[in-house]
Amino acid sequence: MKLQRRTFLASVSAASAIMAAPAVMGQARPRVVVIGGGSGGGTVARYIAKDSDGAVDVTLIEPTKRYYTCYFSNLYLGGFWDYDALGHGYEGIAAAGVNVVHDWAIGVDRDAKTVTLASGSSIPYDRLVVAPGIDFVADAVPGWDVTKQSLMPHAYKSGTQVQLLKNQIENMREGGTFCMVAPPNPYRCPPGPGERVSMIAHMLSQSNPTAKILIVDPKENFSKQALFEEGWSKHYAGMVSRIGPDFGGANVEVRPDSMEVVIDGNVEKVDVCNVIPAQKAGKIAELAGLTNDAGWAPVTPSDMRSTMDENIFVLGDAAQQGAMPKSGFSANSQAKVVANVVRGELTGSRIFPARYSNTCWSLIATNDGVKVGASYEPGAEQIESVSSFISATGETAELRQQTYEESIGWYNGIVADIFG
Amino acid sequence: MKGFILSSTLCIGAMLAPIASFAQAIAIGDPESGAEVYRRECASCHQIGEGAAHRIGPQLNHIFDRGAASHDDFRYSDALARQGRDGLVWDLARLHAYIENPRALVSGTRMSYRGLGDEDRRADLIAYLRVFSDQPQNIPEAAPTAIRPEVELSPEILAIVGDVEYGEYLSQECTTCHQRSGANEGIPGIVGWPEDDFVVAMHAYKEKLRPHEVMRSVASRLGDEEIAALAAYFAALDE
Repeated sequence: MKLQRRTFLASVSAASAIMAAPAVMGQARPRVVVIGGGSGGGTVARYIAKDSDGAVDVTLIEPTKRYYTCYFSNLYLGGFWDYDALGHGYEGIAAAGVNVVHDWAIGVDRDAKTVTLASGSSIPYDRLVVAPGIDFVADAVPGWDVTKQSLMPHAYKSGTQVQLLKNQIENMREGGTFCMVAPPNPYRCPPGPGERVSMIAHMLSQSNPTAKILIVDPKENFSKQALFEEGWSKHYAGMVSRIGPDFGGANVEVRPDSMEVVIDGNVEKVDVCNVIPAQKAGKIAELAGLTNDAGWAPVTPSDMRSTMDENIFVLGDAAQQGAMPKSGFSANSQAKVVANVVRGELTGSRIFPARYSNTCWSLIATNDGVKVGASYEPGAEQIESVSSFISATGETAELRQQTYEESIGWYNGIVADIFG
Repeated sequence: MKGFILSSTLCIGAMLAPIASFAQAIAIGDPESGAEVYRRECASCHQIGEGAAHRIGPQLNHIFDRGAASHDDFRYSDALARQGRDGLVWDLARLHAYIENPRALVSGTRMSYRGLGDEDRRADLIAYLRVFSDQPQNIPEAAPTAIRPEVELSPEILAIVGDVEYGEYLSQECTTCHQRSGANEGIPGIVGWPEDDFVVAMHAYKEKLRPHEVMRSVASRLGDEEIAALAAYFAALDE
């Protein structure tokens, strides 16, 4: 009897040892590979590993060792958030059982079901999740390409580009002009440019109050426009002006070497210029043959599955899914749907109907926060909004402060949800 | 019965309040019976009427259509203050909901009152409170008699046994903002909440009784089974 019990215990511990060491099991466990460790990829990797309790072998491929969120990087520009607090490591995701590989994914062989890494190795998968975020459309703004990003930063993928932009604005001459070339739709973080203008205006109003901000925008309207414009005239009167498409905002060229912006043929000399070009899905989505002519990866609304390949899911900014904005919140929400579906298909766990949601908070000035959001459900063709809300103009200072405090609570919540 | 209400009305009206608000109070309930309910249920903590001052609870004159937590000289719970900033206003429906079950409407309220389940007695009490809100210009004509959208949960809804596994899936929508650790800064903690309170609170958002646009949007598409599933999951989650 005693012996039997001991034997039983031994086999249990042997099994758990194997569970803890993914490499040993090889083919026996279904394999999920996730490309991209941001809000979508990080969440899906951690949730599949955590919820499958070791039954699924999850590998996350992410080149950087520390991820800097785009959300709240504007608050860093405004002096409301520390740069270091934007950064998050992968220890928590690894602790959930994910095999984190810091490398570039440079190709996907969809027939062999493998992902090729820059280091030369390849990783097999049963299901692949592609969450690479955005890349910039070449020649979207004539005169600008990534080789000019130190002269005219895009600062639209967080990290050192945002530090560079902040540094340039801090060192701008007194009374100088900061210019933002805003992107056409669709692009990452719809209220991002408006929030950025607000935060830079906040910074300048303290250190360089005679400076000007010029927005060159190809769009008729922009996200939270009424709220931002109300805030700009209230907090930063006379500082911000915007050239929309009526006055040539869609016809812009930049000359980074001479710091000039040519708007509808008129040359403007500027001191700092933030060029946010038109966007498309991250390059690996294109290399994997998952994108359409528009440059985005179309997906099935009920589960974010690529319409090009049933074993591949695309998450977050890279996906063309319908009504959800390209945001970290959306990517995190979509990731949970995908985690549920992938785990169900590979382990037989229950698959529940998709539910999506998003809220985007923006800061306009000290303690002046606003938000926009919606709930979404899969429609026949695309994801559709089923209810939505937005902050109102003229709200009380108390409510605006509460909204700002709520945004900090959300930031801490979502990074805990993604990175563990 | 009608005669009784009318005569008692005249009597109290002469003593305490202008006739206009009084007529509206009658539409709500019987203010004289409400006075007795007030003495039994409220008076040990709240004052009302001429010279009323804050005690354990704030004084209750002009409570109708006042924003929640709006006396600057009274220290409210964080939870009530938060809802006040979100736009909670003491109209008929919210007063009913709050007095019926204070924590269902305002989870972290400091008002340690079990609630008054009897709808008629509650209506009488509110009719009595209404007598001291003599600012008819601030009160829309229709308000006192409007059908109140109170959360009335049938025992069947409260009896639904939540599917914890489904609740875990649904909870993922919540944890983008509400941390599993139970952290309570900027975004309220929701871990370890008693199931019934959770269910009533979510229905209150769904019925747009509680203020807060994000939560109303989230709750709007949750069905009875889904709310029960979430309640069961979060109640079981350890902080």
